[in-house]
Amino acid sequence: MPRDPLLTAGPGRHHPFLMLCIRRSLAGIAATCAVSLLVFVGTDLLPGDAADVILTRSASSGGGTPEQLAALRAELGLDVPWPQRYLGWIGGLLQGDLGSSLVSGRSVTDVIGSRLGNTLVLAGTATVLLVPVAVGLGLWSGIRQGRPGDRVVSGVAVAAQALPEFVAATLLIAVFALIAGLLPAVSLVPPGTSPLARPEILVLPVLSLLSVMAGQSIRMVRARTSEVVRADFVRVARLHGIPERRVVWRYVVPNALGPALQLLAGSISWLVGGIVVVEQVFAYPGISHELVQAIISRDVPVVQALAFAMAVCTLAIYTLADLLVVALVPKLRTGG
Amino acid sequence: MRRLSRALGPAGGAGALAVVVILALALVGPFVAPHGAAERVGAAFVAPTSEAWLGTDQLGRDVLSRLLHGGRSMLLLSCAALGLAYLVGGAIGLVAALAPGPVETALMRPLDVLLALPPFLVLAVLATGSGRGAVVIVAAVGLANIPGIARVVRTAALEVSVRGWVEAATARGERIAAIACREILPNITKPLLADAGVRITTAISLVGTANFLGLGLQPPLADWGLMIAENRSGLLLQPWAVLAPALCIAVLAVGVNVTADALTQPGRRYGGTPAAIEGGRQ
Repeated sequence: MPRDPLLTAGPGRHHPFLMLCIRRSLAGIAATCAVSLLVFVGTDLLPGDAADVILTRSASSGGGTPEQLAALRAELGLDVPWPQRYLGWIGGLLQGDLGSSLVSGRSVTDVIGSRLGNTLVLAGTATVLLVPVAVGLGLWSGIRQGRPGDRVVSGVAVAAQALPEFVAATLLIAVFALIAGLLPAVSLVPPGTSPLARPEILVLPVLSLLSVMAGQSIRMVRARTSEVVRADFVRVARLHGIPERRVVWRYVVPNALGPALQLLAGSISWLVGGIVVVEQVFAYPGISHELVQAIISRDVPVVQALAFAMAVCTLAIYTLADLLVVALVPKLRTGG
Repeated sequence: MRRLSRALGPAGGAGALAVVVILALALVGPFVAPHGAAERVGAAFVAPTSEAWLGTDQLGRDVLSRLLHGGRSMLLLSCAALGLAYLVGGAIGLVAALAPGPVETALMRPLDVLLALPPFLVLAVLATGSGRGAVVIVAAVGLANIPGIARVVRTAALEVSVRGWVEAATARGERIAAIACREILPNITKPLLADAGVRITTAISLVGTANFLGLGLQPPLADWGLMIAENRSGLLLQPWAVLAPALCIAVLAVGVNVTADALTQPGRRYGGTPAAIEGGRQ
């Protein structure tokens, strides 16, 4: 395999990991730029622009006159060519100006405001619980591949992975809220309070997210583990008489976890869609209500800002996972 | 029949049976439904009776009839989206494998960016740009699947393209299109099928989600995702209006996944390719 010139030659030779960090971060920034273009083009270039949307909404008698349309376009700055508008949008983003809603006229920062915190609490709780569950169960069933414990875990994971979030959430509500009456069916948070003040309202939303995400993550970790368990170096370690417990912790776990991290990052990208759905099902006061309303009313600036922010989070997590893997598995640092 | 059951195993057999039942329900349902999809038969949210086996929904329509009418749209949209994705993604993957160098880079790099974008965001952006509707769902679900499919096809085609029979075809002076269709495509069906199960599950999930959120089909159409969304307010009064479509979607999605998983187990017919597991829900 040809070695990567950036890793083997030049001043970076003594700090291959540092160089890798820089290279990977640059790639991440390039991807962010590409994504911003995709989001802008996707929402802005397709037929029909914001001026149409506003006028059809305000005038109940089917749109405005061409003159009104032209005047509104000029007011919104839609009459300039799109590359210029794109640069303006990016410039605003860099200065922290996310634009303002076409419907209410409020700035996006204002619209999202306090709700972003609630969404982050939900996403954070789900992620913090996901990692130990996925890694623990995945390793456990991967090591005992084919035995009854593995069959149960794998079977449940295959089923849970397939469920769409809104179906999983609906079924969980039916079982825990309707039949058992243990937990609230909706997760209302009075304005000004934190959802953490009433943890019971978080249980079902987090469970819905976990049931779907953990299913796929467990399968990924399990697949890696069962591969590593059969690798030559593990067999050699066993033949040397190293106790099984030490074989697992010293040889299997680190080698199985490294690559699994990247796959875990993939499930987090699925979390972005899942959290919107789950918030809708439980009427949880996060950003998704605003996002879905903005999509339905074609409120372009709000969707652009939120979609771009979510995409940047995803890219950041992918980049971080890539670097963590290299930090954990030294072999990858020189492999190119 | 015996070969089929050996290929599936007991769990896969149960999954396949569940899929067949739901498919039959969705395809034959509209012809045997006792009432029309938009027909009102009584008061709103009436619990199941001998007249309406699953009760009525929020507008007093028969839940059973709407359930029988509402499966088609989900299947149709998922099939259309995946058909589109396989056509475009497959073509891109084949061209990228057969024309390395700048063409490959120009085709695959933009797809890498798209692959990093969560599928829901693709849907959100397209629905904002061009309004709600069935076409947007097909386009978004298709677009979300194209990068993954192109990658799988490219990897598989690269492996096959160095084989003797492909080189022989090149030496005979056959055109690239002919080589792609006659020499390569028939030989990469195995990795493609191994990857397809996850894609079908994901597509069903995303189509259902779009309809549930109100980004796709609009009322008064009967659709399982829409039914769950519009009857949620009556969950306490008449749970069947929500649970029946939810269970149908759940059985279909789980059935497809279990069947695909059974087929791709190592040692089974389409086994041995970890791509199906690694690919995750892209």
